[in-house]
Amino acid sequence: MFTADYIKELDKIKNKYEQSRAALLPILHFVQEKEELITPEAEKNIAEYLGIPVVHIHEVVSFYHLFHQQRIGKCHFSVCQTTACALRGSEEIIAYIEERLKIKPGETTPDGKFSFGLVECLGACEIAPIMQCNKDYVGILDKKKIDELITKNS
Amino acid sequence: MEKIVTRHFDQPNSHLLETYLKDKGYEAARKAITQMTPATVIEEVKKSNLRGLGGAGFPTGTKWSFIPQANPKPKYLVINGDEGEPGTFKDKYIFELDPHALLEGIIITCFAIGSHKAYIYIRGEYAKSLERVQAAVDEASKSGYLGKGIMGTGFDIDVVVHPGAGAYICGEETALLESLEGKKGFPRLKPPFPAVVGLFGCPTVINNVETIACVPPIINKGAEWYAKLGSEKNGGNRLFCVSGHVVKPGVYELPNGTTLREIIYDHAGGIPNGRKLKAVIPGGISAPILTPDQLDVKMDFDSLKSIGSMAGSGGIIVMDDTTDMVWAAMIAARFFAHESCGQCSPCREGSGWVYRNIKKLYHGHAREHDLKNLPGIVNNIGGNTICAFGDAITMSVGSYVSKFRGEFEAKIKKESVCRI
Repeated sequence: MFTADYIKELDKIKNKYEQSRAALLPILHFVQEKEELITPEAEKNIAEYLGIPVVHIHEVVSFYHLFHQQRIGKCHFSVCQTTACALRGSEEIIAYIEERLKIKPGETTPDGKFSFGLVECLGACEIAPIMQCNKDYVGILDKKKIDELITKNS
Repeated sequence: MEKIVTRHFDQPNSHLLETYLKDKGYEAARKAITQMTPATVIEEVKKSNLRGLGGAGFPTGTKWSFIPQANPKPKYLVINGDEGEPGTFKDKYIFELDPHALLEGIIITCFAIGSHKAYIYIRGEYAKSLERVQAAVDEASKSGYLGKGIMGTGFDIDVVVHPGAGAYICGEETALLESLEGKKGFPRLKPPFPAVVGLFGCPTVINNVETIACVPPIINKGAEWYAKLGSEKNGGNRLFCVSGHVVKPGVYELPNGTTLREIIYDHAGGIPNGRKLKAVIPGGISAPILTPDQLDVKMDFDSLKSIGSMAGSGGIIVMDDTTDMVWAAMIAARFFAHESCGQCSPCREGSGWVYRNIKKLYHGHAREHDLKNLPGIVNNIGGNTICAFGDAITMSVGSYVSKFRGEFEAKIKKESVCRI
């Protein structure tokens, strides 16, 4: 169950909306921010809090790719693979990340420090090729920038 | 050339209320509420020839006039900031560099359609945008530009910033409403249109960020001034996003009707390394691809439509002569397969089928019948789905195949090896 303090925070979000279910995406963001992922337990608690069946929470969690159902690395690379980035070399970037981290897209390193995934357009094609390192946009990617990020977060 | 939407972008701290107020900030909103009626505001926007800059190009004033004023339910304004069309990154600049221009546009629009609540839906990846817009809302609320009886006028308006969570389909307006209501982003069957049954079942106007940011200057300087800036039925300037193989990728504010050639060569610096242009997507990945002989097209909704493409979201992706067009088609097809929401069978199954087919071609494993079947698969998606996503697959991927057929044919596996 959520603690009273936690519920106070959730109420703040919920009260912005005419219908409580509309608060679901911001609430999921809030919960993920605290717990790093959305667990089945959290889905159940949110369902109870909003008064809607847990299946509706789960279908939303699995539909949107920003919600994680498995633990990801402390440092998560979301690498754009769409046209503008591909034209500027994202395939090489992806291959280099695989080589450096020794993992495939969707995997996490055994020490839990890094994970990476392939995403579609991040809306920053002017600095392609790009990726997000957690929430930060890192643009005009090259091997050196990847190396620096890996060293910094190791 | 006079800048409109980007006019504050190079000022230091352009995102702060203090900076915005220095240049007639919120005066257009005050003028609209105190000196105009909702009907005259709508009339002014109609006369300006402002069209929806998210991609559809629908006349904005006309859209506002569809809100049934006799309907006793609350009315809503929803700002579509789920900028996800590949090649498009303009709204991010407005969020980050001039959020108060958007808020002022929201006030005027809400006044025009009789709404007292607006939602700004921003894609979840845009962390900085979400932060900046929320800070602007807080600042404006504190100073009496949002909230109850704004600027002493008695007009109430509440603005909520809402984060998306990473789904391209939520840029489709009815999917966005579903998402805003806390559901997965499945587009709704239309009619009823959102103007009648929208958010929470109430009349709703959904507008793009850039469109709404154009509203305050129109109210300040008048519809005629704005209409004169663009082409015949497409007033004002537009933010063109140029990416791919160009020397200077970025956002360029230019009048509607500027030629594609001018944008690529005069503004974005042309193609790097002395290479030649081979193909260009003129309006986001959904727009049919153009070839070098079509570069003199004027970049406005009607001109692009007349040559079989579309102005879409203003995202221009340039490809030079080293680009393998089967590879480029594969990347586009992968995008559609990845982002299909899965609601309609033709799109859910077709998008994956198209991707696998082109992937097979690209890797040299395809036979003649694979290429022969491709147009049939592609053409049976569009027109058979609830939303325009299916049409986008047909138009976009179909254009690669029809315009670069030779490259596709060259990939077909020639020898027939029989292993027993």
